[in-house]
Amino acid sequence: MAALLLKVNELFCERDERILFENLNFDLHAGKILHVKGKNGSGKTSLLRILCGLYQEYEGQIDFLEENVQEVRDLYNQSLLFIGHHVSVKQALTPRENLNWYAKIHPQLDASLIESALSSVGLQNYEDVLCQNLSAGQKRRVNLARLFMFAKERFTNSLWILDEPFTAIDVDGVEKLERRILYYIENGGSVILTTHQPLQIGAVVEQLNLDDWGT
Amino acid sequence: MAKKQIMPLWFYRLASPKYCYQITATLLPYFAAITLALLSIGIVWALLFAPQDYQQGNSFRIIYIHVPSALLAQSIYLTMALSGAIGIIWKMKIADMVAYACAPIGASMAFVALITGAIWGKPTWGSWWVWDARLTSMLILLFLYFGVMALYSAMGNSASAARAAAILSLVGLVNIPIIKYSVDWWNTLHQPATFTLTEKPAMPVEMWLPLLVMVLGFYFFFATAMLLRLRNEILLREKRTSWVKQLVSEL
Amino acid sequence: MLLNQGIYSGNRDGFEVVHMIRAFWAELNRDLLLAFRRRGDLLNPLLFFVMVVVLFPLGVSPAADFLAQLAPGVLWVCALLAALLSLDNLFKSDYEDGTLEQLVLSSESNYMTAMAKAIAHWLTTGLLLALMAPLLALMLFLPTEAIPVLVISLLLGTPTLSLIGAIAAALTVGLKKGGVLISLLVIPLYIPVLIFGASAVQNATLGLPVAAHFAILGAMLIMSLVLAPFAIAASLRMSVSS
Repeated sequence: MAALLLKVNELFCERDERILFENLNFDLHAGKILHVKGKNGSGKTSLLRILCGLYQEYEGQIDFLEENVQEVRDLYNQSLLFIGHHVSVKQALTPRENLNWYAKIHPQLDASLIESALSSVGLQNYEDVLCQNLSAGQKRRVNLARLFMFAKERFTNSLWILDEPFTAIDVDGVEKLERRILYYIENGGSVILTTHQPLQIGAVVEQLNLDDWGT
Repeated sequence: MAKKQIMPLWFYRLASPKYCYQITATLLPYFAAITLALLSIGIVWALLFAPQDYQQGNSFRIIYIHVPSALLAQSIYLTMALSGAIGIIWKMKIADMVAYACAPIGASMAFVALITGAIWGKPTWGSWWVWDARLTSMLILLFLYFGVMALYSAMGNSASAARAAAILSLVGLVNIPIIKYSVDWWNTLHQPATFTLTEKPAMPVEMWLPLLVMVLGFYFFFATAMLLRLRNEILLREKRTSWVKQLVSEL
Repeated sequence: MLLNQGIYSGNRDGFEVVHMIRAFWAELNRDLLLAFRRRGDLLNPLLFFVMVVVLFPLGVSPAADFLAQLAPGVLWVCALLAALLSLDNLFKSDYEDGTLEQLVLSSESNYMTAMAKAIAHWLTTGLLLALMAPLLALMLFLPTEAIPVLVISLLLGTPTLSLIGAIAAALTVGLKKGGVLISLLVIPLYIPVLIFGASAVQNATLGLPVAAHFAILGAMLIMSLVLAPFAIAASLRMSVSS
């Protein structure tokens, strides 16, 4: 039986006097993908940020490996990779410098994989170009290269939280990302993601529709 | 949320806005009555019966307003910072609201202390403003209040505004003794020692007893004003709950 | 019990310390590199410092003895304002491009990374202002024997300004109209540093001892170095959360 990675209990969140969701419960086991669905403004991003620990204004409890996430925050942070809406890339640094910084502040990322990660997202030969000279899609790929830097020995009981990871990525790129996600979960990782594109990797995906939980 | 109970039960019950609203309703009339009694006794006593100061004559009587408001300005800052800290540590909404309710009252106390200091300064020093250590410290305290209030007004009354204001007031609280010390030090450097408004060598009983009454009266005034603001704030923030809706429908 | 099977079982505390120190250097390194890439921007606080100092002879009086008397205070106030105005950008661009939230996710406390950001800010503003100050001291006819004291007092005082200022910058980074607000929050907290910094220079012009001033400035620096990162980190967590 795979470990119970996340257990979300009675989650309640309101924003600007509107209840996004209440009494939200779900479990996520290791090796699974959870696809969070919902209309625009249904609270997908808020939920993902709450799960990362970036948004604190909620009620309810989140357990990571059966411990309250508040009490194992460091371990949780080091088992987590979050890709949000932001570019999350410094314009005045090169892709290599950006990823090097990531590898140092997030020990779950392996700096020795920078080269291969950049070529996996199709940015070979762009390692030392300033990001301000890259296109929007390429910057997005620099950010996504972190998925390819996640150290394999740390896949077990780790979690990727991906908010619209396929935005501004072409068809080939999406396919590559999906293959990477599949490889990751087959080796013990778990993923929570939002996307408006249909996922090709159907089998292991669980659904959570926020439209059913709000008011 | 399942938390270990490390504080007495009434502390947790106070955390409920509804309970807090009800209990303050019973407390408020008493507080208001005590305030009224203390302040009227204090003012009459201070202005009519307390003896004149042999050096300053009647103008010294302004200390019966100045000293309580200056004391209050400092105590209220402490209250604001500590309830902000409670709000952060125990995620207690009521504590956040108390801090929010304190800020303008404290600022107005600091303002009153400054104004009365200035009025007293005219007959005593011959000018409306003197860079006296106490007045300067009070002015900086007023600035600290302004900072907290500006932060509230920029961020609205969300939970993150409460957290931001609490952090700022705690930083201010750590700094107040340092500011006070450095202003005192700066003052001795730049000014010959003049006699100040409050530091009296052995004030006679007939003088400080009414002062004590006034100080107590001011504290109760603060409690009353704070509770009024707090109750207002509870209603505003809980306006979508059933008990507030019921309360409104009963009007 | 599940947690103990993870990759970090065994010496977790040791791992945390190593991680925090690594994150500290990574952040410092990145901020300095960014400052170097945009080195034109480094000049702005310095130019501001020069221009505001120049306003005093123009606005008050160019008489040498008068300016010499005014110089300690004017130089300190202007350096303080220059450091203050550069705070607005301390976290802004990181907040906007999302690297700030990634930094917040790097550890629970963020104590070391918050300190790294404040130190980087000082290295790119306060340090340069201190090095620049002798030139302006000459323009204001500050007695030459007071110039080393001016530089040392700025070297001891401006890091405190960066550390305290970073708290206000972190509190307001999510707000659109952060600029003026930072000044409101921070100026009252800057007063002790100003008092001791300026009076150290004042004493030096009169040939009086300054060791006590340096000791107090140093004490304030150590205190803010220890305490401010907690407040900065808490404020950053608050700001990325809203």
